[in-house]
Amino acid sequence: MFKIPKRKTEKKRLGILQKKPEKLIDKNNVRLDGRKLDELRSVKIGVGILANADGSAYIEQGKNKILAAVYGPKEVHPRHLALPDRTVLRCRYHMAPFSVQERKSPAPSRREIELSKVIREAIEPSIFVEYYPRTSIDVFIEVLQADGGTRCAGITVASLALADAGIPMRDLVAACAAGKVDGHLVLDLNDLEDKGGEADLPLALMSNLNAITLLQMDGDLTVNEFEQVLNLAVKGCKEIYTVQKDALKAKYVAVKEAVEEE
Amino acid sequence: MSTYFEKRQLVVPGDLLAEGKYRAGDNTYKDDEKIYATRIGMVSLEDQTIHVVALKAFYVPSVGDTVIGRIVEVGISAWIVDISAPYPALLRASDVLDRPFNPRKDELPAIFDVNDLIIAKLVAYDRTRDPLLTVREPGLGKITRGQTVEVTPTKIPRVIGRKGSMISIIKEETGCQITIGQNGLILISGKTPEDERLAVMAIRKIEQESHTSGLTDRVTEMIRKEKAGV
Repeated sequence: MFKIPKRKTEKKRLGILQKKPEKLIDKNNVRLDGRKLDELRSVKIGVGILANADGSAYIEQGKNKILAAVYGPKEVHPRHLALPDRTVLRCRYHMAPFSVQERKSPAPSRREIELSKVIREAIEPSIFVEYYPRTSIDVFIEVLQADGGTRCAGITVASLALADAGIPMRDLVAACAAGKVDGHLVLDLNDLEDKGGEADLPLALMSNLNAITLLQMDGDLTVNEFEQVLNLAVKGCKEIYTVQKDALKAKYVAVKEAVEEE
Repeated sequence: MSTYFEKRQLVVPGDLLAEGKYRAGDNTYKDDEKIYATRIGMVSLEDQTIHVVALKAFYVPSVGDTVIGRIVEVGISAWIVDISAPYPALLRASDVLDRPFNPRKDELPAIFDVNDLIIAKLVAYDRTRDPLLTVREPGLGKITRGQTVEVTPTKIPRVIGRKGSMISIIKEETGCQITIGQNGLILISGKTPEDERLAVMAIRKIEQESHTSGLTDRVTEMIRKEKAGV
């Protein structure tokens, strides 16, 4: 892989030149950030954190910070896009200019357009789209800080935001990526591992129904490795699912406890 | 034939509630003999039917409901009304006037203008059309005094209480006139702004703690404490 060097001032050149770390995983199978091979990054989730959207959620997974907001179901604007027998699900995945090391232009990039489509297809199976004909449900995912696996974390929060908006769903969708780094099969790759590794496999899963709604792979894996990595990702999704459920219940559980104390 | 929950347990979308010959009630769905929840709420079993009382949901129009709406647009022969639902509602001019609408003689904004609040009844609604309202019956029409509070529509039954117990207590203790819209809007009209404030406080408390028990007593206590404190 070659990189076309950009013009930079001398000062910046010295700061930005990041050497690729020699080894991403050391001899004791410990990763650069101290995690074991099958360990998820620390996940913190908050639901209903925005006042204006119908539903919202926020996630911090490792260094990722991602917001999701949902509006709907409501009338479709522009009108001609309305469907007579179902709702229209629209999704926008966007990275804030300050979310990455080098300022990212606010205009939608090809990658963001693709991820918007991919995320929409990952959450659509969980919604009962036939319940509300001639309406639209708009999902916005805003990445405030990115460190690998943002599409997965984005799907996780989008699903919670939909539940927070009171939209009937078949199941929550949890997403997690697994892959191969330095020859080892690992769970939840961060940015360095994703860029420097051999394969990355994002997966989105509706746990109760055991249904996969997103499966992508970027890199090289043998058929055997693929199956192992897939199972690893499923395991990660199930862990994230429990965090999702707790976050959703948190508000009500807290009130119940406060009341019971009185 | 088995259920997987305790009485009034908090469930989230996708939770497996029961398996076997049960019926799927509100906010649940059946897939292959299994019943799952579709919204966050409290689950209960009644008469072989599994229900989930949703803790947060938007209003889905139902024919016969009394709703409180806000005029958002004055059209040529009808008003468009916001009833806090996924669809805007329609109020025809012919419904308000006893005679057929005459564009030359009648002026719609003089009857209801943009941002006016009205109490209306839902007369028609199906998958192909937006909901239709009427103000023909007694008690319906423009709202002239009071303030409105918005709660999530699934909590309206809790605000009313068993056989109206909760709402009667609030009316008694605050001396306010209260009209409840099934779409989550509640109209409070009291003798003083202070009375109205107490009623609003009580309703907010019910909304927050609707999933707990002993609420009626706590609400009564709260209102009395507030009145004494003032």
